[in-house]
Amino acid sequence: MLRLPRFKYLRPKTAREAARMAADLGPRAMFVAGGTDLFPKLKRRQFEVEALIGLDFLPRAIHRGEDETVVDAGVTLAAASADAQLRAGYPGYAEAAGLVSSPPLRNAGTIGGNLCVDTRCNYYDMTYEWRKAAGFCIKKDGDICLVAPSSPRCWAVSSSDTAPMAIALGALVMLAGPDDERELPVAALYRDDGIDYLAKQPAEVVTSLRLPASAGTRTAYVKLRRRGSIDFPIAGAAVALRLDGSTVTSCRIVLSAVASHPLEAAEAGEFMIGKRLDEESVRAAAEIAARPAKPLDNADLSHFWRKRMVRVVVEQALQHANDQKGGFEG
Amino acid sequence: MSFSIIGKPLPKVDAVARVTGQAIYADDMLPPRTLHCRILRSPHPHARILSIDTSAARRIPGVVAVITGADLPIKFGILPVTQDERALEHEKVRYVGDPIAAVAATDEEIAASACDAIAVEYEVLDPVMSIDAALATPKDERIQDYGGPNNIHKLVALEFGDVEGGFARADHVREDVFFFQGNTHLPMEQHSAIATYVDGKVTLWSSTQVVHYVHRALAKVLELPMNRIRVVGAAHGGGFGGKTDPFAHEIVVAKLAMMTGRPVKCTLTREEVFYAHRGRHPVLMWVRTGVTKDGRITAMHFKSALDGGAYGSYGVASTFYTGALQTVTYDIPAYRFEGCRVFTNKPPCGPKRGHGTPQPRFAIELHLEKIAHDLGLDPVDMKRRNFVKPMTRTVNWMRVTSCGLEECTARVMDASGFRTRKRRPGRGMGFAISSYLSGAGTAIYWNDMPHSEVQIKVDRGGVTAFCGAMDIGQGSDSVLAAIVAEELGLQPKDIRLVTADTDTTPIDLGSYSSRVTFMAGNAALEAARKMRALLVEAAAAKMGRPADSVRVGGGRFGDFSFEEASVLAEARFGTLTSAGSYTPPKIAGPYKGSGVGPSPAYSYSACVVDLDADQRTGLLHINKVWIAHDVGRAINPLLVEGQVEGSVYMGLGEALMEEQTFRKGLHKWPSMLEYKSPTFLDMPEIETFLVETNDPEGPYGAKEAGQGPLLPVIPAVSAAVFDALGVWIDEVPVTPEKIVEALRRQGKGEPPRYGPSRFPDIPYPKCIRVEPPPKELDLAAPAAI
Amino acid sequence: MRNEVERPVDRHVVALQVNGERTELLLPVHKTLLEVLREDMHLTGTKHGCELGECGTCTVLVDGKPELSCLVLPIQIEGRAITTVEGLASGSELHPLQQAFAELGAAQCGYCTPGILLASKSLLESNGRPSRDEIREALAGNLCRCTGYAKILDAVQLASERMASPLPRRGEG
Repeated sequence: MLRLPRFKYLRPKTAREAARMAADLGPRAMFVAGGTDLFPKLKRRQFEVEALIGLDFLPRAIHRGEDETVVDAGVTLAAASADAQLRAGYPGYAEAAGLVSSPPLRNAGTIGGNLCVDTRCNYYDMTYEWRKAAGFCIKKDGDICLVAPSSPRCWAVSSSDTAPMAIALGALVMLAGPDDERELPVAALYRDDGIDYLAKQPAEVVTSLRLPASAGTRTAYVKLRRRGSIDFPIAGAAVALRLDGSTVTSCRIVLSAVASHPLEAAEAGEFMIGKRLDEESVRAAAEIAARPAKPLDNADLSHFWRKRMVRVVVEQALQHANDQKGGFEG
Repeated sequence: MSFSIIGKPLPKVDAVARVTGQAIYADDMLPPRTLHCRILRSPHPHARILSIDTSAARRIPGVVAVITGADLPIKFGILPVTQDERALEHEKVRYVGDPIAAVAATDEEIAASACDAIAVEYEVLDPVMSIDAALATPKDERIQDYGGPNNIHKLVALEFGDVEGGFARADHVREDVFFFQGNTHLPMEQHSAIATYVDGKVTLWSSTQVVHYVHRALAKVLELPMNRIRVVGAAHGGGFGGKTDPFAHEIVVAKLAMMTGRPVKCTLTREEVFYAHRGRHPVLMWVRTGVTKDGRITAMHFKSALDGGAYGSYGVASTFYTGALQTVTYDIPAYRFEGCRVFTNKPPCGPKRGHGTPQPRFAIELHLEKIAHDLGLDPVDMKRRNFVKPMTRTVNWMRVTSCGLEECTARVMDASGFRTRKRRPGRGMGFAISSYLSGAGTAIYWNDMPHSEVQIKVDRGGVTAFCGAMDIGQGSDSVLAAIVAEELGLQPKDIRLVTADTDTTPIDLGSYSSRVTFMAGNAALEAARKMRALLVEAAAAKMGRPADSVRVGGGRFGDFSFEEASVLAEARFGTLTSAGSYTPPKIAGPYKGSGVGPSPAYSYSACVVDLDADQRTGLLHINKVWIAHDVGRAINPLLVEGQVEGSVYMGLGEALMEEQTFRKGLHKWPSMLEYKSPTFLDMPEIETFLVETNDPEGPYGAKEAGQGPLLPVIPAVSAAVFDALGVWIDEVPVTPEKIVEALRRQGKGEPPRYGPSRFPDIPYPKCIRVEPPPKELDLAAPAAI
Repeated sequence: MRNEVERPVDRHVVALQVNGERTELLLPVHKTLLEVLREDMHLTGTKHGCELGECGTCTVLVDGKPELSCLVLPIQIEGRAITTVEGLASGSELHPLQQAFAELGAAQCGYCTPGILLASKSLLESNGRPSRDEIREALAGNLCRCTGYAKILDAVQLASERMASPLPRRGEG
């Protein structure tokens, strides 16, 4: 069977301590929370580390406040998707958490982990032996991108289901570093690069996700994948919008799995503002949203079809959002 | 005839072991001092090996033995005509994943690291990755040094009856080209084998479907007499045809056990399972059919080109199978078949559920749908008009006995409401039929032994049945127990079973070609009836009554309990043993290649698929599947339903998502994440009907159930897509991107289809012309022809 | 990869609570729960099909919830209750799910069965009478290649009916 490489396992008690360990060890160490992304990648030798820093200490509560709801980073995806507060206030977020992978993985995987999930590519998410046979790629052990060999960069795909929804909601992440804590808009957590896809410092630990008050905000997430379960997204759309009567007053649309970072379709969101949410406006917005999406031939099904499907998932997400009541009343 | 066990939905005899985690699969075995084996595999699709340096691997602490092809140079292969594999290759590699060297070490992680430390120098050769490339002159060299021209492995050309006359007589002639992409078995259990070497004897426990063939391959490659080798089938975690060949890892662990004197185990990783493969051949097909204006077939010409991968495996048989069974469902008065298998630098293809017949079944069913459409006929009516009749012989000499096609069709038509289906945009229903063998009529190597033998021992009131058949989860052990119990008036749980052990059980050719219920079942029936006669005779003597007055049943023989009767019989006859065997009738036609296709009986299936197809996205949602299967007689309906439902599942997987594809010489997605296998959420409800035609030669009238019901599902999906959207998807799998492309073509006024545009020029030999047999089947006539 | 076995092995004494029994083991920290159950504790009822979290075969319960033992380190779950298929039956009496799976032919090759039984047990503990769709959702991480899932759905429903009903099960009283 496929086995993990040898490593040390460190057990800090606090986020600060974890961050200090990470700062000391540098690239020789990685954090592990649920392990659902990390362990397969260690087994395939996509990551090589000497030490894992366990984040088992992370709290696992959901706190509803006046101005925001704070979700501890250790909350499992299963708990987030089943949580009554989140389902009522942020149905799109709970939906996204409930669509990640499969039930047993959602029992282990955390919401912090899903925000940080590694970018994916079907030239990269392969065993050591396969990658060696193919010729190693730029993301690990090699120097060219096998999807776009003439490109100087890595085109691995952002595959988080919850990050686009968090961005659409204007959420913040709390980061604990070796010396201090800071908060960052989730949108600023990502970079458009398949390798350095996270903008946080490597030693910083994601400790919580802060979702702003949702009264009147309608949210929806639509995920496209081949099967009803297990699969990563091959296209997805997260929508958060507000209506005044039937007129859109705010709208953010963020796409998953079409770029190396969650891709905000800002132009499409702005287009919707001031419009009635009807078939015509939805179709036009989806058209605009799909334009910057550039799927490549490194995920399931053809990239032509996936590109075409971006419009569809955006339309569906806008419609689903429209069908919902806004978050917590009052 | 009334039965007490046959026909009852009883739990499997090993059900408790399977639901409690107590069944011991090969990888569960871990005797003391076990060494762990890992295999180094080729990173190149095609290369000559210049040198192999294992010295660094040998120096790693914990490494006990390292072997290469020089240690196992003798070639083997499942078919006598294609002995083209080595357990480890030291001269040339032919696909990414071809085994090169093996390490036995104290831990698996050490064995894996040692494999990585083996230095191999290659001269890389141009890989051949498609049927077209295989037909062309190779840039560097051929993959195998036999066959030809170029990378052609096998060519077949047969003609039965007056084909040209049939076409001349036709009112309408149509040609179509289809492509069926390859796919793999994906058993949940990764192949595993563990060997010991004690007292000069090798014992191998393996997750194989056929202990006998592994036994033969081990004897050949290890150069040991067969009596020094014992092969035992461990509890089996699924095969579907994928564990029917002897495999490199089985030979390697045996060799390493002989060298080290310790148990050696090798369990393939999931990626290696994709390389072991032997799965569904990608097949390109061309078919031309002539029909009268009312849709009666006058002649058919069928051409196939199989992408075989790098080795022979069962490929010669697979090639014949792409042409053999067309005539067993439809009455085709004149038939020409030209088949070709090529070598490519991919993992070898072989037998997967339906072996060589799902591909032509897909082509034929859709082709007939299109002909019906051309003629303005109802496709179901037109197909029905051409159904074969029971008790007939086909133009290519296949002997059809029981045949429940009509009844199967009626069942699914009625239940699905196909005729009265409501039309709404995007909704469609499709219908298809199929047939499959109840065991191949000939063994894979020439011999005169029975295909199956069963011994029964009765002692101290207990019954033990011995048979070489391997239960791979389909329930063959339960079928044997049911038959013996029925005859001896007992319950299945009263029968001890010893199966799939070459030391203790008589020969059986294993779990493939849907043969076990029919063949081992008949052998068990014979052995059990002989045993019953002994017990009856002893009981009758004691009772002082004639034998025919002794009632058997409910654990009693006349006035005696089974235990008492067995003691009486043991006293009267000595050791109580009986034996039965089964040899299929010699019914093959008088031509070369006639050995593939004949079976003592054929199962029949009919299927309706109901789906919704999204015009915009091409996404399909399967609403429901109705399937009727003529199983002859259901010895255990619960198990038969399980086989039918599992077949529908696997058929839907192949129809919708499963495909084994390659990119840059490598398997594109050798993982369970990216090789798409339907989940709980992707399966519709299935309504299953069992049709019983009581086959004259099957045990209690039974026929096969494990493979045939897969076949009609795939064309029924594609037919339903046409019904829904008006586009033909002439290629499997039927993916949303193909549907969208076909709709785009439809919108532009082009032919509304997605599929291959041409069939290549293949240098088929001149057809062997075979005179068809008389159509009427006289069962009383001598079987041998 | 080449030199990784030259690294020292980090070993910890880990106290595991498996099927109600507490065991202390000295374990290499990089050994997954799957490997420890099968190789160190000889609980081979837990099977494996990919070791990458893609098939669900190695599902066990951790504090009653299904998790994949191929993606869990024992050190991460010290003190939490682990249930494997060996812990389902009460003595020699099968769990109603096991009974129903056996009776209805829901286990063919049986290789995915332990994982599916455990995921089903977890479902029935939170939802005593699940619909077929709810069962599908709960078992959507467990692949099976033999059954087409039909008999599994039937068996989970039958077990849920029997567990919800106060009537004695077949074979009792």
